[in-house]
Order: sequence, then structure tokens, then C-alpha cells
Amino acid sequence: MERFSEMSAIMRKELKSYFNSPIAYIVITIFLVFTGFFFFKDFFYFNQAEMRNLFQLMPLMLCFVIPAVTMRLFSEERQSGSFEILMTLPVTSRNIALGKFFAGTIFSAVMVSPTLIYLVTVVLLGTPDFGPVIGGYTGVIFLSAAYTSIGLLASSFTRNQVISFISAWAACFSLWLIDKAVIFLPSKLGFISYFGTDYHFQNIAKGLIDSRDVVYFISICVLSLMFTIKVIEERR
Amino acid sequence: MISVNGLTRSYGNFKAVDDISFTVRDGEITGLLGPNGAGKTTTLRMLSCYLNADKGSVIVDGINAADDPLRIKQMIGYLPESAPLYGDMLVFDYLMYIAEVRGIPGVQRVGEVAETCRIKEVMHKNINELSKGYRQRVGLAHAMIHDPQILILDEPTSGLDPIEIVEIRNLIKELGKKKTVILSTHILPEVEATCDRVIIINKGRIVADDRTELLQSAAGLNKKIIIRVSGADFGTVKSAMTGISGVRSVEPADDPELTAAVISVSGNAEVRPEIFRIIASNNWMMYEMKQDQVSLENIFRELTVGGANGTVQ
Repeated sequence: MERFSEMSAIMRKELKSYFNSPIAYIVITIFLVFTGFFFFKDFFYFNQAEMRNLFQLMPLMLCFVIPAVTMRLFSEERQSGSFEILMTLPVTSRNIALGKFFAGTIFSAVMVSPTLIYLVTVVLLGTPDFGPVIGGYTGVIFLSAAYTSIGLLASSFTRNQVISFISAWAACFSLWLIDKAVIFLPSKLGFISYFGTDYHFQNIAKGLIDSRDVVYFISICVLSLMFTIKVIEERR
Repeated sequence: MISVNGLTRSYGNFKAVDDISFTVRDGEITGLLGPNGAGKTTTLRMLSCYLNADKGSVIVDGINAADDPLRIKQMIGYLPESAPLYGDMLVFDYLMYIAEVRGIPGVQRVGEVAETCRIKEVMHKNINELSKGYRQRVGLAHAMIHDPQILILDEPTSGLDPIEIVEIRNLIKELGKKKTVILSTHILPEVEATCDRVIIINKGRIVADDRTELLQSAAGLNKKIIIRVSGADFGTVKSAMTGISGVRSVEPADDPELTAAVISVSGNAEVRPEIFRIIASNNWMMYEMKQDQVSLENIFRELTVGGANGTVQ
């Protein structure tokens, strides 16, 4: 990261354009409406003041929402032609990819942050165990980063934001599905569940921050970013 | 100095640029001229390190673009075709962003380029709201923000209205006094108006490369004079005019009432006084006599449409 300032300039520009466009607010609203519904359903129906259900739902929710956040990152630039301007600035492809990746991850974190209000109600009305809550939020950050990097990769392939969204969703959803599908496979293939995002996320959300789970998310990010850099270098 | 050697680039089976070589000296305005699809944009994209060349090299001040593209990108200001800027940003924010990425202290420099490109009055507007002329000027400001020695402009005047075209041309000429400018266009008068030197490309190859005035005088060797008279039919006019020394041929031209003829003259012979004398002595009425403005157009047409392979000397 020899020129940190370039990367941070790109990141701040992307964040600014997120919050200048209505899509950001629409996505955040949809996300909060759905999580709010599922959280308060248990809250009122079952008189349970706890965060566990929220975190159980999170990997599936983020599958749908994060591709909507990342779909424009490269596709829009390709569509409008500004990709050419971006690529002729004296910035390495790595800094471009990282800048956009961090912008997407930070945006996702901002999107999730209003759910902290749910935490306040839980604290007021119940006695939450803070281990799983801290673990849950840490897991959400890692999961968002992983999905963002996958979305970024999908976005770098195409100029069409719809294709970008659907392919990113398909990839994220498959990763969520993997450990659920394992029951259909012979027990020898049980190791496949290690590839699932939900498997690792639920581990962290138990309040157990294990290096294996952290390494899993980080390697998804690194792999996707490496492919993204390769794609933007080759596909011009 | 920019030297381009044997640059080649294909898209699939289509050879967009085929073995192009030229050098651009410092402080020259060079026009890359060719019909649409001739390979101008591809060439400029390779010069600006957006595309990689399949073969050949671009060397700017001794630095090979393939070895150190970042250095080249720092030295060059590039405006892509139709200025694809971020439409959702304010002009000021956009220029500040470019300055920041390029690592230049922003505010003062942005003020300076806004002054040069005359965009001060639109700094607070969204780029999407600008007219094409202003957009193009913001694009120029974007290309100049780091005060590069070399400016590469892809069709800087396409889609502008006549007034804006003149303004942008003047701006480019002004810039060309201090910087090396390479621009592409498919509009001939543009090259004649702004460029010191012209490179004509067709189907990915260079078909002519010379100083603008030399190419013009080469074209000027074949003059055409158009006359419109009454009082004689074309046959009479033709036989009278063919006798003048230097006249190569006399062709009829279309005219509903008068007798019109196109007289082709070879070399630098001045035949107009003689034509006038003949018309006067025959008591024909002359309505018009004009020498066809021979421009690069002739060369351009010959080289690109006629498919001539040789270069103009």
C-alpha cells in the first residue's frame, strides 16, 4: 500500500457517491424493514428480548442486500465510460480495487449499524449475554467484507448492473447454502460445510472468535480482490 | 518527445491498429485524422496506457509505457472521447477528487485550471447538468490539472455547436504554445485550423504524415477553376479553354440556366487572366469564376476512400 492517499481518495469518493444517490437509502430502508420485522416478530410474539434471531437471519439478508450495494462499483463506470478515466489516472489497479472494496464494506457497516437500536431495547428489557452480541457484530463485519468482495468481482465483469447484481447474489447465496446442502451428501463429504459462509458466521456469532473462521472470511476477500484486480487489468 | 514504434492492436480478428510508427516532437500540435473506425481512438488509448499494445512500443521521454505505465500516466493528461466524467458529482468536487488522486494540493490548482478553461461559472453545478461544451471544457480541465507536458485529446470538439467548437479550438491552440498536444478528429477543417502536423490513418495504418502546410501545398498542385457563363454552349467553351497552356481538362458542371465548366489546371500555372480574356473577347457574359479551395479534403478523400496505399510525399 505504497500510496495510501490514492486509495483513501477513491474510497471517500465512492462513499460520497453512495450517499448522494437514492439507491443507498432505498437499500438501507429495505434492509431495516426486513430485519426489523423479523426481530420484533419474536420480540412481541414470543416475548423474547434477544439478538440471536437477528444474527441467525443476517447471512441470508446480506446475500440479497450487499449485491445491491456493490453492483454499481465497476459496472456503472464501465457503462458510463468513466472507467477509462479511472484507469488512466496514475493509480494502481490494486488501489482502485481496495478503495472500492473498503467503501462498500464501510457502507454495509453503516447500513447494519441502526440495528444497534434493537440492542438498546434488548438491554432495557432483558439480560443479554454480551459475548454473542459482540461476536455477532464482528461476524457481520467479516461477512459483509466477504460478500462485498464477491460483489465487487461480479461488478468488474460486466457493464450491466442487473447482471452484476444477480451473479453476485447467486455466488453469495450458494456460499450461504453450502452447509445446508451437506445433509444430502455422504458423510465423507461433510468437510464441504467448511466452505459455507453461514457455518463460519454462526461460529463467530456464538461469541467464539476462532482464527479459522477469521481466516476463512479474509481469504474470501483476498481471493476475490485478486481476481478483481486481474479482471480490471485484462478487460479493457 | 513521444515515439511510437510498430504499434499493433487487434480486437479478436479485427486489426484496429496495424503497425503504426511516428514520433511527436515537443511543443507540437499533432492531429490524428481519419474516418470513423480508422483506429484513432485505439491509438490514443494505447498512448495513454489505457490499452496494452499487442505489439510495438510507446516511449515517452525515454520511458517505455509497458515498463512503467504509472510514470507515463503522471506525465500525460488524457481526455477520452465525449468526456465520460462522473455525472453525479459537482464540477468542483470532481476536479478536487482528480487533484487528490494525483496527489496535488487541490484548491489553488483547481482555481487555476478553472480560469484557463473558463469554467468558473459552472463549478457548483452537477456535471450531468452541463452542456456538451462545458462538459468538454471540464474534461480539458481534468486533463490539465497536474500541468502535464503532454495532452492527449480524443475528438475534443465532436458534438459541439459552432461557437463552442471555435472556443475549444482556440483553447487548444493556446495550450499548444506550451505543451505537446495530440488530438484526434474526423473533421478536416479542424486539423487545418489547429494542427501543426497531421497524421492521416485509415484502416489502422498511417497513410500520410507531414506538416499541415506541406500536405496542403501538395494538394494544391492540382487546382480546379469553376466558371459560369452565358452566350455560349459547353462545346464552344470547352474548345476555347482547352487551348490555354496548363489546362488539363474541361468538364461540364451542373447548372440549369448557364453554361458551367470545371477547368482542371496542373502545376502552379495561373490561368485565370487568360480565361477572363477569352470570355471578354467572345462577348460572353461571365457570372462567376472561382478557384476551388483545395484543402486537405482532396488528399483525405483520395487516401481514405480511394484506398491508395502510398504515402503522400
